[in-house]
Amino acid sequence: MTNIHIDVHHLTRVEGHGNIHVDIKNKKVEKCEWRVPEAPRFFESMVRGRHYSEVARVVSRICGICSIGHTLASVKATETALGIEITPQTKKLRRLLKHAENFDSHVLHVYFLVAPDLLGAPSVFPLVATHGEVVARALRLKRLGHEWGSMLGGRTTHPTTVLPGGFSKFPTIDELKALKEKMLAAVPDLLETVKTVQALAPKVPIFSNPTEYMALHSNDEYALYDGDIQTVMPDGKKETWKVSDYKKVTNEYVVPASTAKYSKNKMASYAVGALARLNNNFAQLHPEAKKIAELYGLKPLNSNPYMNSVAQIIEAAHSFHESLAIIDDLLKTGINDEELVKPARFGTGAGATEVPRGILFHEYSYDKDGICTDGNCIIPTNQNHANIQRDFDKLVPELLSANKTEKEMTLALEMLVRSYDPCISCSTHYLDITFIK
Amino acid sequence: MSKPKVGFFDFASCEGCQIELTNFGDAPFLELLNHIEIVEFREAMSETVDQLDIACIEGSFTREADRSRLEKIRARSKIVIAYGACAATAGINALKNHQSDYKKNVYGKDADMPHLDSTKALPISAAIKVDYQVLGCPMDKYEFLDIISHLVHGKEPVIHDYPVCMECKRRETICRYEQGDHCIGQVARAGCGAPCPADGIPCEACRGFVSDPNEEALVKVLMEKGKLPKNRAETKSRMFTANMRRDAR
Repeated sequence: MTNIHIDVHHLTRVEGHGNIHVDIKNKKVEKCEWRVPEAPRFFESMVRGRHYSEVARVVSRICGICSIGHTLASVKATETALGIEITPQTKKLRRLLKHAENFDSHVLHVYFLVAPDLLGAPSVFPLVATHGEVVARALRLKRLGHEWGSMLGGRTTHPTTVLPGGFSKFPTIDELKALKEKMLAAVPDLLETVKTVQALAPKVPIFSNPTEYMALHSNDEYALYDGDIQTVMPDGKKETWKVSDYKKVTNEYVVPASTAKYSKNKMASYAVGALARLNNNFAQLHPEAKKIAELYGLKPLNSNPYMNSVAQIIEAAHSFHESLAIIDDLLKTGINDEELVKPARFGTGAGATEVPRGILFHEYSYDKDGICTDGNCIIPTNQNHANIQRDFDKLVPELLSANKTEKEMTLALEMLVRSYDPCISCSTHYLDITFIK
Repeated sequence: MSKPKVGFFDFASCEGCQIELTNFGDAPFLELLNHIEIVEFREAMSETVDQLDIACIEGSFTREADRSRLEKIRARSKIVIAYGACAATAGINALKNHQSDYKKNVYGKDADMPHLDSTKALPISAAIKVDYQVLGCPMDKYEFLDIISHLVHGKEPVIHDYPVCMECKRRETICRYEQGDHCIGQVARAGCGAPCPADGIPCEACRGFVSDPNEEALVKVLMEKGKLPKNRAETKSRMFTANMRRDAR
């Protein structure tokens, strides 16, 4: 096997459209590329001229999977630009909503997009016949995430109730109690999920490529909704930045040979997502999530990108248990029908939140009438593209020297991309497209 | 028809409508699989087939490069359903259609690169014949089931042509205008059950206009009752119905 040609057009089981191209001639890697041909959609242009109350509802449409995260990043940026200080209750409800998205999306990714690779199936549908209970469990957990997020956000795809300054509608105490009951009833499904992943864990490819990991960090909790920017280097050294300095760490640049726009900070590339969060903030995980991490032997710093899917299950458990605690707290304090906090000024502001696929930045400027004049969004998948390429550059020669077949190599590369859980519709709101010649 | 072979395809969109398909829960979704055979679905599966009974297409037609892919799907499908606002009306994607500088605004000096080709965002019916639509952003997953159910049983689905206001009245939601807000439910096509006003936000007509909307009256009401300044009143309906406005037709 000296000549290998891999041409995966529109990789399946990822969100959006991506291509993999590898050319190996006489054992020499001539080309090894991750490309994104998704149609651009121009969201930054669309928000111009929209009122501040509408902007989050426009940009939530960037992505159907992480529309809660886009909504939250957007209202946070708008609140900074408008000098709005949200109430402690709003923050609590938004944290609960963020956990819902994290849980919901991780369940979707691990069960529907990754598990078929590990179970040797082309998709989840043949598994209905061979692993019926696993599929039913996946659908039950997905439904739970959907109901949990919908209770707070109105719905999970393009939430309705989340506005700059607070919420337009609040869950009732009865609804919170009902959600808690449903979550407690789902504990057996969650435990089974942990077991299923444990059984599949030996099939996760072994590969290591140390990189810089970026995530939000907060002294108060395992940061998802809010925090400062932090990175951890391969030697364990950490550094933090304010969210308002996001451009200093994302440093978008254009690769000469390709038209894709990448991000870098201190190293040639950095990674964001569940594994990046775990590597930055492991100590703050819920004890139940830590137990699962121990079971899987995952501890920081872990530099195997394939472990991102495993990190997602650990995070799903974290979000589940943290949320039960938030619900108990809300049941104790009660929920007030709070008015929206009004703007104090109109200017420019940035906001960040952790979406399932990593750190997300939004920034807007508003004129004196509250009309948006400028917008910028930097998406997790954008930030990961350079790291995916860097993993390709290390992995392909390794696979080649291990005498892997073209088929095995293709699967390994596909699985690598899937493990990042790329969200390409998101990433191509901006310049992250390469032309397929 | 016997258990139809169904495929799912995506173009310029957020893919949120296909995510809605995963939110039914175990019993309803597994029951659905007793009535249709999902044979192609890039985001969820690697398998492909030659012939389809029903092709469900998500996303807008935004560049010539996508025309042949749409035509190929049409050629091998008996029925084509445009599902979600992006496919049915171009929805939010059309919000940039009135601008002339959107490429420059987003891509700066790289705006003229050939792969960034994006013309006006159009419904897929601008490229191929569409048989049925599932409206909404996101689509209502139960309306999707209803339309599939009609087709499986050989019946014609019913598409509503009355405004969202009727659904607010039916569920006894207090009018947004009575709450000091604005709304465009009076010209928006119903069928969603009016969740947005019930959640405390205005209807923004994500399902498109009813037939023959009175756009002048809409602007007048937005200004007089909704207290919107003239410019906001005139541009409000660009949110999801840019392609259906008189100035775009």
